[in-house]
Amino acid sequence: MRYALFLGCTIPVRGLNYELSARAVAAKLGIEFVDVEPFSCCGYPMKSTSREDAMAMAARNLAVAGEMGLDVCTLCSACTGVLTEAQKELDAHPDVLARVNGRLALVDREYRPGVKVKHFSRVLYEDVGLERLKEPVVRDLSGLRFAVHYGCHYLRPAHIYEGFDDPEDPHTVEELVSVTGAKWVDYEGKLDCCGGAILGVDQGIALRMSKAKLESVRKAGVDALVSICPFCTVMYEDNQRKIEQEFGETYGIPVLYYPQVLGLAYGVDPKELGFRLNKVKPTELMAKLGGAGGAE
Amino acid sequence: MTIRTSELDAGFWREVAAELGGKEISRCFACGTCTAGCPVREIDDRYNPRKIIRMVLLGMREQVLSSDFIWLCSTCYTCYDRCPQDVCLTDIMAALKNIAMREGHVHPSFREQARLLMAHGRLYEVEDFDNKKREKMGLPPVRKEIPEVREICRDPVLEEVTTG
Repeated sequence: MRYALFLGCTIPVRGLNYELSARAVAAKLGIEFVDVEPFSCCGYPMKSTSREDAMAMAARNLAVAGEMGLDVCTLCSACTGVLTEAQKELDAHPDVLARVNGRLALVDREYRPGVKVKHFSRVLYEDVGLERLKEPVVRDLSGLRFAVHYGCHYLRPAHIYEGFDDPEDPHTVEELVSVTGAKWVDYEGKLDCCGGAILGVDQGIALRMSKAKLESVRKAGVDALVSICPFCTVMYEDNQRKIEQEFGETYGIPVLYYPQVLGLAYGVDPKELGFRLNKVKPTELMAKLGGAGGAE
Repeated sequence: MTIRTSELDAGFWREVAAELGGKEISRCFACGTCTAGCPVREIDDRYNPRKIIRMVLLGMREQVLSSDFIWLCSTCYTCYDRCPQDVCLTDIMAALKNIAMREGHVHPSFREQARLLMAHGRLYEVEDFDNKKREKMGLPPVRKEIPEVREICRDPVLEEVTTG
């Protein structure tokens, strides 16, 4: 299994623990990630300004992967959505394709159909498969309880993902968590948006959206919230202190990337999973695992 | 909000329909499924997708384009997936924002994002410090600038965005 690793904007500077842990578990599973320097931003932030510019950016990234003969594995859900959506639009509308390729010609590139785009969680679920995922497990996480945050663009809009999981009642990430022996719990508002996309437009609304989730996760009584998107993590973890201060609350809810959870079950050193970069320290969680260390 | 028929632009919905992703707007029968499931509306009722679609169909062009509420869509696609008429609301919100941008209603947040993307090809500037940190952790460096992005993005609004 070989993929071009699409990091996007947030991960290489603000989500190194996601990148480190994804690379570590991929290595355990024999997934080869190819680093592609010419990849840019996926195009998502341009959608509000100009959808056609956003699509040109997405198409350029897909063209870069296509030139290398590689499929794309994404870690960020917004990147997954934008690249997948652009691909569907370009393949369905020859007029849009002609305009976009006209732009790409300016930089000697051409979008051609055929590059597959998959979120890393989907790669693990579909391409690796749950049985194979269990094989490297050396540590049972059955003492831990997690709440899963799906975020929006991993499964929505549904039509671009062609029937993968059910956006109204999803199960794939819980199944991925179960591979480690850990328990997952349902909680109110599980499918709710983190608000990250409008943090710059109206911080008050965005933080209240994240606060609602933190409240609900606290009620669920879990060891951590599991995320599969860097910007959702920015909202729930990086901004958790700000939310606590603004609303006079105390949450202290650790937010772990799924590959960090899987990596713990694989016995990978927490340092290699980037746990030092987790802003809400999962101290109690680590203690339950018998002082695996490395979290401080 | 007062609706003055003399100020309505009956062709506005056609203008929206001609935008990328805007073509299904006339299918809306105002059921309100979008608003009922909207996580932003849950927090702040200034944002009401059903009302925005109604305003467009009625031709309230200026009120929509100069509003602060069109920028509040969090692009969660909940309404998009649940809409019984496949109006594709998230795409319509993008179409409205794109038209608003072209008409000079440039939201400062998106102006800044566009500026960064034109300058660096990324939303966060990568400094030498970042690549040193990555190297220390055994991660490969990432390219600091991707100038091709600026060459392929051609919307007129960017002239203004990138020149100040």
